[in-house]
Amino acid sequence: MTSGLLFALVGAALFALGVAGVVLIDHLLRRILAFNLMGSGAFLVLVGLAQRNGVPDPVPQAMVLTGIVVAVAATALALALTRKLHALTGRLDLPEDADD
Amino acid sequence: MKRFAVICSALLFVGSLAAAMLELAPAAIDLRGPVAAHLAASGVSHPVTAVLLNYRGYDTLLEIAVLLLALLAILAVVGEPGAARPAPAHPVLQTLARLATPLMIVVAVYLLWAGAFRPGGAFQAGAVLAAAGVLLHLAGLLPGWQTPRLRLRLGLAGGFALFLAVAGGLLAQGTLLQYPPALAGGLILLIESGLTLSLALTLAGLFLFLSRDEVAP
Repeated sequence: MTSGLLFALVGAALFALGVAGVVLIDHLLRRILAFNLMGSGAFLVLVGLAQRNGVPDPVPQAMVLTGIVVAVAATALALALTRKLHALTGRLDLPEDADD
Repeated sequence: MKRFAVICSALLFVGSLAAAMLELAPAAIDLRGPVAAHLAASGVSHPVTAVLLNYRGYDTLLEIAVLLLALLAILAVVGEPGAARPAPAHPVLQTLARLATPLMIVVAVYLLWAGAFRPGGAFQAGAVLAAAGVLLHLAGLLPGWQTPRLRLRLGLAGGFALFLAVAGGLLAQGTLLQYPPALAGGLILLIESGLTLSLALTLAGLFLFLSRDEVAP
């Protein structure tokens, strides 16, 4: 097993951890953290799989660099919306659906 | 019950994905060869920078647009500006922040310049500059930003506008963002400089606009 494959496997585990967090956690800040964990897992899979033969591939690396910046922007927007929700309602979780 | 189901499906997902990865055949398309073959014509000698700003420049162009859009959405969401200056931090932290900021600016310029031939480039440089801004804010030396006036707006949108202008200018010769090899290096450095400034302001703005109403009730 090469280190690239190991990165990809860890990335898959992180992604699943993030998905479980997004589904299970109610607190919005922790849910945003879990969402970021999902993103990091996906990035690790992309970079790791591309270099599983030992030679790094610059194209996925550049794409992941782009993805990281977009993830930062999305996180900041999510935090802004969370703060607005907190300011308006005083709570940090989303109301459950009535039929849930 | 829901917790159990979610955890079980997540474990199942990891297991099947790991099995698939271990069995994965080599990729049918290998882009390493073409990237290396055209590196001489790309204007830079580091392959990641070549991919980001030459081969797939439109990805980077749209990425800046996304970043700008996120900042605009945040400006629309955050409330009225309140008292923005945080409580001054400990004098030691303030002194350290004052000492570190010039160093961070030097590091950012170096990263920008080094992007042409080794890991570095506009994103890393912009991130370091933005970190300097956030550090100054946390040390109580830089107040949170109010609604941006013309100068800040120009700075925020300048990188995207410059990139778009270069792309539009190059459209005259047929293809979007196809640099002539003789000019490629200079154009990439020009775009990266604009991007560094705008990225630093945008990334710092993501933090500083959000923190402006910190003191308000």
